[in-house]
Amino acid sequence: MREPVAKKVSEMKSSGIRKFFDIVSEMPDAISLGVGEPDFDTPWHVRDEGIYSLERGKTFYTSNSGLMELRSEICRYTKKHYEISYDPASEVIITVGGSEAIDIGLRAMLEDGDEVIIPEPSYVSYVPCTIMAGGKPVIVSLKEENEFRLTAAELEAAITPRTKILILPFPNNPTGAIMERSDLEGIAKLCIEHDIYVLSDEIYAALTYKGDHVSIASLPGMRDRTILINGFSKAFAMTGWRLGYACGPEIIISQMTKIHQYCIMCAPTTSQYAAVEALRHGDRDVAEMCNAYNERRRFLLHEFKRMGLQCFEPFGAFYVFPSIKEFGMTSDDFCTSLLMAKKVAVVPGTAVGDCGEGFVRISYAYSIDNLKEAIGRIEEFISELRNR
Amino acid sequence: MGDKDIQEMRMSILKALEYDGRVDLNELAVRLGLDATDIANAMSDMEKEGIICGYQTLIDWDKTDDERVTALIEVRVTPQRGQGFDSIAERIYKYPEVDSVYLISGGFDLMVIMEGRSLKEVSQFVTNKLSALESVLSCATHFILRKYKLNGTVLARKHEDERMLVTP
Repeated sequence: MREPVAKKVSEMKSSGIRKFFDIVSEMPDAISLGVGEPDFDTPWHVRDEGIYSLERGKTFYTSNSGLMELRSEICRYTKKHYEISYDPASEVIITVGGSEAIDIGLRAMLEDGDEVIIPEPSYVSYVPCTIMAGGKPVIVSLKEENEFRLTAAELEAAITPRTKILILPFPNNPTGAIMERSDLEGIAKLCIEHDIYVLSDEIYAALTYKGDHVSIASLPGMRDRTILINGFSKAFAMTGWRLGYACGPEIIISQMTKIHQYCIMCAPTTSQYAAVEALRHGDRDVAEMCNAYNERRRFLLHEFKRMGLQCFEPFGAFYVFPSIKEFGMTSDDFCTSLLMAKKVAVVPGTAVGDCGEGFVRISYAYSIDNLKEAIGRIEEFISELRNR
Repeated sequence: MGDKDIQEMRMSILKALEYDGRVDLNELAVRLGLDATDIANAMSDMEKEGIICGYQTLIDWDKTDDERVTALIEVRVTPQRGQGFDSIAERIYKYPEVDSVYLISGGFDLMVIMEGRSLKEVSQFVTNKLSALESVLSCATHFILRKYKLNGTVLARKHEDERMLVTP
């Protein structure tokens, strides 16, 4: 028989998080701090609007790029929060989660062999999506001493004549790092100088704890070389609705829409109606959730300090990324032993990039009570390690 | 601290206390990024100003062996000259059986919430005490059959975390 599977797929590494999930799921009574989605339910008025759309029989396809009503709301929201203007008719596409936007964005822009600069640690799908689109991933390893921000010097060192895209994943999963305006200015300058496009994954933009999020697309000269990706999963606690979007210049968005049209048709209609309500009346919900995350973030950082566990202060998303280097174990070993000994699941830094070695990702999308219990166990675990 | 900061601090303390009256002040200080002494001072100021009126416990009595019934009583009254509804409201809230009294807009005037050991006890109170008050024109008593949600807390069922244990 012929080889049934394409080599570029079989050679693709399966997600390190998936591997760890398989271990954890054998242990149903474990407490997990390993989840990458909000603990809040979708606000009721948003769910209600989804239900209402079903009652009214809104069960058909929408246009390929999504409901015009939703695209207009996205443009209003993006203008209001990030000071960037897009034309809802031609510069926005509604996708099945931010993940689809990443995929079709890369596929629309890459020629075989084009290089894509990917800062790591970062979300698991950038490298495989780049490879699937025929591009060549060029990894930049971010450093703890820079608070895991991308510096202009690091970017410059990775640029070659073949560089076409920079993926900019901030606020960052797994580190919680953000990029402030001053950080972005140096990056923007290089992108303009070297004619590089930016795929800016800003899915956590609503969750920052040190001033408002700044999008690179709002910097002078950047709007027309940036694909801005955002969505509803994190800000509005809507992961299961699978809804995201991309904004950018028409010349790219129209080609992304073509791919989307052939492989997805359109994003789920019910989710789109719910999302209109989220953008119109959800700011208060987001502010409340953001406050709750911030309280938990402060709590965890305080606890780490008390235990003497080294951790830079992250200002975004809902993750902290403490260093476990003092224990002389790999991230994998640390996480597996913690799980076996104390039944607490955290994600090894290596699941999100080789340079995550020596770190673990701890999510604070959990109630304070839950965090307290887990932190108590982690404290026991590390004091046992220290007294070995 | 400026006036605005104090107002903001007060609001965040109240929100936290409304959710958990027993919260540890040092922990709250960490969570809010404030100083524990400032929080304690703000709380005592708000107690003096009557903004914080007490620290109670939310109890689902239905889960205990205690027999009790709760009634909502709609009361129509004649307001008194120069006093409006205040003096009749006071006559009513002074009864220890009465839990809460609200002045209401619409078809009736006062909403009285009371607890008793039995239907009989409540109905005797309504007949002998409440209806007997001179300015009370009429009462309509509604007994509560089941409490699903109380002060923002759902009593009916426990909320389970249905997320997968590890996700990217």
